[in-house]
Amino acid sequence: MLIEFPLKEEHKIMIDLIKEIGETYIKPYSLEWDEKEAYDATPIKALAQADLFGLIIPKEYGGLGFGTFEMCLAVEWLSYFCAGVSTTYAASFLGAYPIILFGSKEQKERYLPSIAKGEKLCAFALTEPQAGSDAFAIKATAKKDGDFYILNGIKQWITNGGIADIYIVIALTDPAKGARGASAFIVEKGDPGFVVGKKEKKLGLRASVTTDLIFNDCRIPKDRLIAREGMGFMVALKTLDYARCGAGAQALGIAQAALEVSLKHAKTRVQFGQPVYQFQAVSHTFAEMAMRLSSARALVYSVCQYIDSGAKDFSGASAMAKCFATDQAMWITERAIQMMGGYGYMRDYPVQKYFRDAKCLQIYEGTNEIQRNVIARELAKWIKV
Amino acid sequence: MGRIVVCIKGVPKPGTVKVDKETHTLRRESAELILNPPDRPALEVALRLKDQTNFEVIAISMGPPNMVPLLQKVYALGVDDIYLISDRAFAGSDTLATSRILAKALSLLSPFDLVVMGARSIDGETGQVPPETASLLNLPSITYVKELRFVDGKFIAIREDDFGEEEVEFSPAAVVSIVPEIDYVRPPSLKRLLSLKEITPKILTNAELNLDEASIGLSGSPTQVADVFEKTLVSRGEIFEGEPDELAEKLIEVLKEKGFLA
Repeated sequence: MLIEFPLKEEHKIMIDLIKEIGETYIKPYSLEWDEKEAYDATPIKALAQADLFGLIIPKEYGGLGFGTFEMCLAVEWLSYFCAGVSTTYAASFLGAYPIILFGSKEQKERYLPSIAKGEKLCAFALTEPQAGSDAFAIKATAKKDGDFYILNGIKQWITNGGIADIYIVIALTDPAKGARGASAFIVEKGDPGFVVGKKEKKLGLRASVTTDLIFNDCRIPKDRLIAREGMGFMVALKTLDYARCGAGAQALGIAQAALEVSLKHAKTRVQFGQPVYQFQAVSHTFAEMAMRLSSARALVYSVCQYIDSGAKDFSGASAMAKCFATDQAMWITERAIQMMGGYGYMRDYPVQKYFRDAKCLQIYEGTNEIQRNVIARELAKWIKV
Repeated sequence: MGRIVVCIKGVPKPGTVKVDKETHTLRRESAELILNPPDRPALEVALRLKDQTNFEVIAISMGPPNMVPLLQKVYALGVDDIYLISDRAFAGSDTLATSRILAKALSLLSPFDLVVMGARSIDGETGQVPPETASLLNLPSITYVKELRFVDGKFIAIREDDFGEEEVEFSPAAVVSIVPEIDYVRPPSLKRLLSLKEITPKILTNAELNLDEASIGLSGSPTQVADVFEKTLVSRGEIFEGEPDELAEKLIEVLKEKGFLA
């Protein structure tokens, strides 16, 4: 657009590759997947063969060893083609982060190579029917039984439910201790007592799969515990700190696509004898869209670079990136529909899909209200009086 | 571990090619080259065999030095090695001379289990090179293959012809040509794309092939091209405007004038 962010050669190569994948395996089909609410494994296979599931996996486990910035560039440009596909992709990183950040050497050796190759998809399961924003209200339990843990409970709205092979599940090992009694576990598809519930019907992100997970005396070996007992929320919150930038990156891709499609339309749609872009009410709206998108991008990129520079505490920063960028995407996609009038509203055109997809970004991975709580909390720590 | 050699071709991107008015051949050096589209499924078939049975896959191409980036891109798809067969003496080769050069290069890469090619090139559209090369190598030629498997030391191919499909079982080695219709071709690998600067093709010139110059290049090509010309706009369409009745009369008049109506 109007700002060319300085990117390294390797970033340009990666973005070109994602654009090739988007044009070939996603763009011709994305409206159909959305219409039919269908998950198609083909683009996921292509991303796997392109090594893109290995982006953040350390090199010693077969990945590329990249950081948050590269992960976000990939998610951004994938979202430009279909945020449903990018949700499947990004949610797999959400499930991989706990193993990368907190897994034992044995767990890393066992799981990361196949995650890097894209042979195994991941999912992250924290939310429960009564525990959304109030994550500490989870009720799922994991009871130690000799060399095993026995899991019971329900996880709700889990992205990649059923299509993932590896699930990170947060459950209470010591319910009496509340949040300090939660632990993180690796559950594998096919573990006894683990079943996948119904597939949800969604407003947007319809090419991705969201389901319940049901644990009914699910017996897993004790070496599936990540870190130590009681570390569950530490694992979950750190994972979300990293992954929130991914939601911000999704917002950039969707908003970029919405801006491009609606701008092309406004420059060619003639009303009252001239392209509607010539009307100031329209062109000023685009000027505003461009400013909002560019500032969101600048924020997301700088937070990624802050994280990759080795920052220790970045909850507030990643909350800002997620909250600001996704709010801008919601505004931009809504305006993009308005700038296209009836064409924007029709399901033959993609802009209404961008609008529906963008809505979820303000809700998942922590609602934007919760993000503001986090930002306010961190700000209060910053100025001590 | 067996070896599969995939022969690929760089073809001028439609609209970018110039014609040499003296030799009636395409001036490939000046054109922007793209991978001959039917070669992508050929590579995919070979790479799937590599995935399943751990074949070594080598891509070779005869062409000018500007083929190097294309061969690198093919490397990024997952082949193990790339070769460029390039020499001024090869320029202007027709399908027979090309097949002689490929056959000689392939014999230097022997032993191999399979040679795979796209069924035809979108610039020449002859489809002759795969069977000609097979014949020169004294190997079976299996054309228009849409599916290929390797089971118990034998290849099983499903080939398509005008009358339907047939299953052909054959022992290594053979030359197969692949039809372009395939459900999926893989994208390049990011790891390989990031390492391309270190990857250069091995070059085979006529010093290595040692072919008689009378049998290759323009002089070794029995095909006599009467003419090759660039598309030019010779006449413009005419647009008539007016009322429907007038236009209908005008159209009838023109059709009569041209002899389409009595």
